[in-house]
Amino acid sequence: MQTDGFRDHPVRSYVLTGGRAHPTRNTLRPETLLCAVDDGRELPASAGRHERALLETCRGTLALAELAAYLHLPTSLVAVLVSDLIDAGYLAVRSGVTHDLPGLDLLEEVLDGLRRF
Amino acid sequence: MGSVGSDPATRHLAPTVERSVKVLVVGAFGVGKTTLIDAVSEIPVLSTEETITTASVGVDPARAAKSTTTVAMDFGRVTVGGTTALYLFGTPGQRRFWDLWAGLADGAVGALIVVDTRRLEESFEVLDQLEEHTRMPLAVVVNEFPDSPRHSGDAVRAALDLPAGTPVVSGDLRSRADAVEALQVLVGRAVELRRAEGGAAA
Ligand SMILES: Nc1nc2c(ncn2[C@@H]2O[C@H](COP(=O)(O)OP(=O)(O)OP(=O)(O)O)[C@@H](O)[C@H]2O)c(=O)[nH]1
Ligand SMILES: [Mg+2]
Repeated sequence: MQTDGFRDHPVRSYVLTGGRAHPTRNTLRPETLLCAVDDGRELPASAGRHERALLETCRGTLALAELAAYLHLPTSLVAVLVSDLIDAGYLAVRSGVTHDLPGLDLLEEVLDGLRRF
Repeated sequence: MGSVGSDPATRHLAPTVERSVKVLVVGAFGVGKTTLIDAVSEIPVLSTEETITTASVGVDPARAAKSTTTVAMDFGRVTVGGTTALYLFGTPGQRRFWDLWAGLADGAVGALIVVDTRRLEESFEVLDQLEEHTRMPLAVVVNEFPDSPRHSGDAVRAALDLPAGTPVVSGDLRSRADAVEALQVLVGRAVELRRAEGGAAA
């Protein structure tokens, strides 16, 4: 069942609308932090090479855009792969998922951090 | 099996990092966007090739021919305060890339506008685009080249028709200190605007 899910990808087009691919979660942004789920579960044998490379690259925390750069794939396509790998439990969003602008406390923390350089 | 972080070129974030924010670095062709990102970034500047569908602008949308273009996006990253990753996305200003902006601008702390005072008028296209994101905090950094004419912040703000209070700084963007200062000014502006908003809402 997941097998077919992975086979699906080439069919799903990654039409870019405003920099995002559809279908995908609107919670995924280029700066969204991702990390492979380290539970020893292997990808199904049918998984494609992009999925394998993606999980391998994401053994530590990286943003979606970094994954795309390392994999030499458009961010929009990686967003689709990532979205499916999250649904299948192989990948997790590390950063808090938010639709909002960064809050005042976060902005102040960033400013403080920059001042300490 | 594969070792952790098996590709040495992959620079993972520290395990303490749990959230991320981004700023856009915008400006006309060749003004020094990548130079600034490179000066600040803790990783070598990365780039992705994005496919965008462009429709001719100013034409009846129903009849406009759409075509697909590839655009290279470059970006860098810097960890601040140990727990937050700050991403800097270099965003091309040309009108044909505007579609890319919506997704990138979403959730951004603000936009740092890089200008070259020897050819200020080339920044107008970028500014037209920024006008569509009225809530986006802005700051200008003048990339000083040896032969750049010196202008006051007021003169630059007026020439670019920027909102009052938009900070203008200048420096050599190859210098990390100057590039970091420009970022501080932008984030400081975002803090200021957010505080004012909070005050108005309360
Ligand atoms: N002298 C001097 N040269 C600079 C400075 N900043 C950038 N340059 C040079 O200007 C050129 C353009 O800089 P980039 O950083 O590539 O500009 P960009 O805005 O990323 O350009 P595009 O991505 O092509 O639009 C490069 O050759 C830089 O070495 C500076 O502060 N002083
Ligand atoms: Mg560049």
